[in-house]
Amino acid sequence: MSPATSGFSELRLDGVSRRFGSQDALSDLDLTIRAGEFIALLGPSGCGKSTALNCLAGLLPLTAGSIWQDERRVDTLPPERRGFGMVFQSYALFPHMSVRANVAFGLRMRRLPKDEIRRRTAEAIRLVRLEEHADKLPGQLSGGQQQRVAIARAVVLEPSLVLMDEPLSNLDAKLRLEMRTEIRRLHQSLGLTTVYVTHDQEEALSLADRLVVLRGGRVQQIGSPQELHTRPGNWHVADFMGYRNLWPMRARSVEDGLVTVEADGLRLVGDPVGRIAPGDAVIAGVRPEDVRVDAPGAPNGVPAEIEVVEYQGRELAAEARTASGVQVHVRTEQRVAPGDRVTLSVTPQRLLVFPADADEQPAAAPGDPVDAVVEEPGLVG
Amino acid sequence: MSTVTEVHPGGATDTREARPRRRLVARPAAWLVWGVVVFFFLNLLGVVGSVLVSSFGQRWFDTWLPDGFTSKWYGEAWNEFALFDVIVVTLQVSLLVVALSLLVGVPAAYVLARRNFPGKRLAYLVFLLPILMPPITYGIPLATVLYKFGLAGHLSGVVLANLVPSVPFVILTMTPFIEQIDPRIESAARMCGAGLRSVFLRVLAPLLLPGMLASAILVLVRTVGMFELTFLTAGPDSQTLVVALYYSMSAAGIRAQQSVDAMAIIYTTMMLVLLVISLRYVNPTQLVARVKEDPDA
Amino acid sequence: MSTTATRPARPAGAPQSPRAHWRHRLAERGVDQQLWLLAPAVLFVVLLFLYPFFYGLGLSFQPTEGGPLSDYARFFGDAYQRDTMWITLGIALPAALLNVLAAVPIAYRMRGRFRGKRLVTILLVVPITLGTVLTAQGLLNFLGPTGWFNRILMALHLTDEPVRLVHNYWGVFFSLIITGFPFAFLLVLSYLTGIDPTLERAAATLGAGWWQRFRMVTLPLLMPGLATTFCLTFVLAFSVFPSAVLVGNPAGETRVISIAAYQAAYEQYDYPYASAIAMVMGLIELVVISVVLLARTRFYTGSTGGKG
Repeated sequence: MSPATSGFSELRLDGVSRRFGSQDALSDLDLTIRAGEFIALLGPSGCGKSTALNCLAGLLPLTAGSIWQDERRVDTLPPERRGFGMVFQSYALFPHMSVRANVAFGLRMRRLPKDEIRRRTAEAIRLVRLEEHADKLPGQLSGGQQQRVAIARAVVLEPSLVLMDEPLSNLDAKLRLEMRTEIRRLHQSLGLTTVYVTHDQEEALSLADRLVVLRGGRVQQIGSPQELHTRPGNWHVADFMGYRNLWPMRARSVEDGLVTVEADGLRLVGDPVGRIAPGDAVIAGVRPEDVRVDAPGAPNGVPAEIEVVEYQGRELAAEARTASGVQVHVRTEQRVAPGDRVTLSVTPQRLLVFPADADEQPAAAPGDPVDAVVEEPGLVG
Repeated sequence: MSTVTEVHPGGATDTREARPRRRLVARPAAWLVWGVVVFFFLNLLGVVGSVLVSSFGQRWFDTWLPDGFTSKWYGEAWNEFALFDVIVVTLQVSLLVVALSLLVGVPAAYVLARRNFPGKRLAYLVFLLPILMPPITYGIPLATVLYKFGLAGHLSGVVLANLVPSVPFVILTMTPFIEQIDPRIESAARMCGAGLRSVFLRVLAPLLLPGMLASAILVLVRTVGMFELTFLTAGPDSQTLVVALYYSMSAAGIRAQQSVDAMAIIYTTMMLVLLVISLRYVNPTQLVARVKEDPDA
Repeated sequence: MSTTATRPARPAGAPQSPRAHWRHRLAERGVDQQLWLLAPAVLFVVLLFLYPFFYGLGLSFQPTEGGPLSDYARFFGDAYQRDTMWITLGIALPAALLNVLAAVPIAYRMRGRFRGKRLVTILLVVPITLGTVLTAQGLLNFLGPTGWFNRILMALHLTDEPVRLVHNYWGVFFSLIITGFPFAFLLVLSYLTGIDPTLERAAATLGAGWWQRFRMVTLPLLMPGLATTFCLTFVLAFSVFPSAVLVGNPAGETRVISIAAYQAAYEQYDYPYASAIAMVMGLIELVVISVVLLARTRFYTGSTGGKG
């Protein structure tokens, strides 16, 4: 009866594309997911990550491409015959059914024997620790509890693939951390192959085995959390991975695998990502925590003045401005205050230099690099 | 003024609120407004009350109250106007209209609430027109057509004519009910392995039940009270109560005034019973027109 | 990953015909099998509403005698018939206007929550539920020369002899008020509660008095609702039929247009003529509604911030 054969070795997406009218919501997604893997689709809103998930689920037909589960083509199957489980952002619990009935729904749809339904439902409810609430209606539960029901409902079927659509975004900060651990724990104990959609890089980094960063419907980079964290493939990914300092600059010289860049009288040495030749417009990126803050007058640094300080527990997040007017985000354990004069420096290995035209779109000719500020990182989404 | 604010299982809302009492001394404007309201209600009471008193009156000419009281007019009206048959017809017509209009209207409402397709606005407009037009305007051509096909003058003609405003009404009342169901619940059901049929029967139908009940009751009330369309299409043995009442009134003088009043009271009672039932399930405003009410008032 | 590798044959039961392409393109625009759910309703509206309507329209141009327009000429040529239009408008417009205008201040005062609000609204639904026929019967008793209303007037020495309030214009007018006012009130009330009350509070913090708050904040947001209410109330009043016969003077001052149409159809059995009158009636009504709805577009019609 059940079309879902949990025993598969890989799920393959071949050029999966989806257009809405004339707009490409997702173009040409190639991805191979190994059984048991936890994949996060990451990107700002409108990047196509939810489209990709819905295409996988079968809730949205593909415009082009195919999806294969080993040698079985699944993209032509309706969602109910793919045997995947899904957790929705809004939970989408059946409001008229008790927790138990919600969890049992999928098993009943598969016409399993009553005993088995009861056993597996109870087990799933125990797994998400909702035994005391099994007979309540979803409306009587808190957000976190509802989320657990949604997870139990999806995993009770032992689906070959679990799809999660921003499952934590409706929860408050504290609960979100708890549920994150919960999801990781579930994945470790059940080993269910999971595709997880989120716009929160921290969530993706902490949960996933591999991350797929999307932007404008196109894949920007696929890699392990560490790869993405330390070496983003282009400045858009860097922007998304917490490289808050992204300065449009121009490459001056390349030697010993390091590149010297400059703009506005600021001269820095960094690690080039991709091919960069002298004279290229580039974007130099560094994480706030990788900017060193020293007392004024320290050697090999750029003098700057602290403008804004945010208290963040053990550290302070501060915004400084160099004499030439470049804004620098820093994180430091030193007690700085607005108006303080400091010296900033970055080790070359921590400063990544990206080609400015990494963008897929035909970028405007990189004339005056300062112009690039316009399409600079910005806070997309 | 007492409050009628028990919480009904059907979702009728509770308007009571723990709040300090308003001060009794109000501005003149407030007094004027309340005065108008009270005057309106007094007249309303007079209108309904005079029919009620008259229906129990022995003889009532130029006095404040009738000479004596009796219930004989009810028996007389019952026999004279063959009210049993009339009420049976009324119920038949109304229930058929309710069932058919739900059958036709709910699927259409689902599509209109959920989907976008070319020509949707036109479809909406066409479905709205029968509610925006006076019944007489389309009733006369409709009756002519129904007579042409030999349908008018019978129960079937009356039912068909009454469907014309009822189906759009079902569509209009059901659309918000459907809109407030998260479409992702349907997706979730499908992800759990439910086919389209199961989605409709096990997930949508139970969720839409309150809406369908409300809409059914609204159509029932409107059909029982619908005069014009029934009047234009009914034959002698397919009159509903309100049409029979109209005929007995316009033939006044032949019958005793009081038996007409008694019949009016029977009609009123029937409507009030329906009203009480319906208010358990819907807001008073919904009886009038489709306006979204705040869900958590 | 190679995309050219040999693919296993598609498993049976996973159809992907060449038609899938245009199916997809149609689905893109929202056309797919689910639209069949609309079919019964479309069939219904075509057969029972559009067809009769156009049949009637066609019939009105095929009079029993004379040219295609002669039935319309007959209607507009005969003062007795033509005047029904003005009589109908003369009753319906003031009644609808009064209902809406009276509803505004009362609904404004009652928009908050108070004890007994539900009771008031329930009582107001009663006359709507009862309908015009019963109201007519009640008005005949209550406002008649020996009815309680005249008795009270005489007891208070406000008048020496009974005031004639039924079997004339006023009888019909009162019946339209009794059924129309609650209707208008409930609609206006629900539009008013749809306006976020914090807007008025915000206006108050900016120094607006109650009249300014009403005039500058609430009223503009309420206007579209008032226009809609007026339209619906007008439709009710315009189709006045039973009460015009029962409490009015159906041969004279309350001979409304629906009576003319009814008489043509059911007393003279002249269906083309009756259809012509019904078309005129529909047209007048649509003109009035269009004017109001056109004016409505001049107001802000977006979200009013409230719940609902």
